[in-house]
Amino acid sequence: MLSNRFLITFSAFAVAASPVFAGIDDTINSITAPIASLIGDIVFFSIPVFGAQLPLVVLWLVAGAIFFTLYLGFVSIRGFKHAIELVRGDYSNPNDAGEVSHFQALATAVSGTVGIGNIGGVAVAVTVGGPGATFWMILAGFLGMSTKFVECTLGVKYRQENADGSVSGGPMYFMRDGLAAQGRERLGKFMGTFYAVGIFVGALGIGNMFQSNQAYVQLNTVADGALDGYGWLVGLILAGVVFAVIIGGIKSIAAVTEKIVPLMAVLYCTFAIVVILMNAAYIPAAIGNIFSGAFTPDGVAGGALGALIIGFQRAVFSNEAGIGSASIAHSAVRTNEPVTEGYVSLLEPFIDTIVICTITALVIGTTQVAAPDFAGDATGVAMTSAAFERQIGWFPYVLAIAALLFAFSTMISWSYYGLKGWTYLFGERTQTVYKVIFCVFVALGCMVQLGPILDISDALVFLICVPNILALYFLAPVVKREMNGYLDRIKSGKIKKYGT
Amino acid sequence: MENRYLVAVEGSEGSRRALTHAIERAKVSNAELLLVHVIDWSPYSFHTPEELSARHKRREEELARARDVVLAPSKKLVDDAGIKSSSEVRHGKGAETLAMMAKDHDVAQIILGRNGESGISSMLFGSTSSKLVQISSVPVLIVP
Repeated sequence: MLSNRFLITFSAFAVAASPVFAGIDDTINSITAPIASLIGDIVFFSIPVFGAQLPLVVLWLVAGAIFFTLYLGFVSIRGFKHAIELVRGDYSNPNDAGEVSHFQALATAVSGTVGIGNIGGVAVAVTVGGPGATFWMILAGFLGMSTKFVECTLGVKYRQENADGSVSGGPMYFMRDGLAAQGRERLGKFMGTFYAVGIFVGALGIGNMFQSNQAYVQLNTVADGALDGYGWLVGLILAGVVFAVIIGGIKSIAAVTEKIVPLMAVLYCTFAIVVILMNAAYIPAAIGNIFSGAFTPDGVAGGALGALIIGFQRAVFSNEAGIGSASIAHSAVRTNEPVTEGYVSLLEPFIDTIVICTITALVIGTTQVAAPDFAGDATGVAMTSAAFERQIGWFPYVLAIAALLFAFSTMISWSYYGLKGWTYLFGERTQTVYKVIFCVFVALGCMVQLGPILDISDALVFLICVPNILALYFLAPVVKREMNGYLDRIKSGKIKKYGT
Repeated sequence: MENRYLVAVEGSEGSRRALTHAIERAKVSNAELLLVHVIDWSPYSFHTPEELSARHKRREEELARARDVVLAPSKKLVDDAGIKSSSEVRHGKGAETLAMMAKDHDVAQIILGRNGESGISSMLFGSTSSKLVQISSVPVLIVP
């Protein structure tokens, strides 16, 4: 029954996409590229600043992150230890055993954000913005911790418990209900709807096409170009697997992936550190380049400011702070203290950007000092792969598997986030429609060049940052109240500590 | 220390034998029994967002099933033998949870069957009973 449905739909894809020649990739590319440019131009409307073009939307994000960091008194530093204690279970009531734990919420959210961006996006940042982009990426990661704190606290606070016992939460809910509680009901409803549309469309970029594209690129790199022109085939296979999980309900694939991804992340970091140590002689120079590129007007594409812009852009893309997707994942936690999920979520940009992205940046940076031409024409994942290959010849194969798994788990997570936006608007009954659309875009992602995909993904993702950060500004006082109340309750002993 | 024995109930043949033995002991020493079923669960596991959102409901279902399918028949056996008893379901890791409950309820002894898990699993990961013997703060009786 299920397999019939699966086969029919899959065959439909195959027929629709079956090319007589491999030129299908180019055809699709020529259609999407101009659309990507147009969307990009609108969303990234820029103003000239000190000789560089500053997209207003990036300014919006940066200002927000700085504001929340200051408004919450550097909770990213002062709350870090508590975040670890929460994840460890020190404050978990044994009677709640069996409910979603803080660790599980964190692991799920991180699994969704750690994706190709950590491997390929960093390479893009360094290519476009020079080594200085790394510094701004790390800073963006740090500032983004506070943004995540706010949005994840709100996600739990304004979650909705459905009739069937499941939970729905996320920015559309805290916009609608949180702003209504402040007397801004119409604004809240409008923003909620806008965000919901934004996320189910945006999911098709960052959580879908970008991932499948980069997975294909890495597979192709490892196959030495044997897959050139076969993006459509790889795309179909990937789409098929995603289809099996999200529509076919074959949970075992997702279950296996969710368990392997953390292992791969650790493996990736371990090998990256090995390569960095192998390049140890070049570490000082690489770090020097990062700082000089960050501050002197000596880089590419607009100097230090260009590095800042691209650094921030790629950081947000990677750790999703300000996009609001993590608040959907965290909203599943049942707790009387919503702010605990805020604390836990501090760790996400830290792990994703400050740790993993920095490690990738150092691999690339040290390799660039050692052999400036190591990558040739390669960009994105292919560039990172070349950096690893220089020291560990077989690592690109491992990277290809890691990229595939990261991409896959991110796609599964984002299919859910996008679905939540869809069902917020259209109800639960039309779920399958969105899921099919999602799978189609997985296939499409492999048929387009990185450029237009990145443009579209970026544009859509930053578009939803706009209402999200606006809502966070409105609701920040609510979060501050929760945080202060919570800290008082801990100090007074009302909140029990169970662990060491 | 209360005159109470904690019996680990798994629904397996081994745990059935353990329960029978516990009933005999309780008759002799006029003790009461605390029947405990542990649903295997760890806070350190990895899931999709969809699974997380459905978790609360699944937890309720797991608890209901444990009470009705696993514990109820055992409780009936104990009631029929005329022994005072209570029952609890908990999520967690077997050995750690049993040890914790033994301490919380101040029991005199834990009684459980030898191997609830399959042979290979207990060979690789250690069985609940062997782990419990290491960490329990009260005497542990393992019924073969």
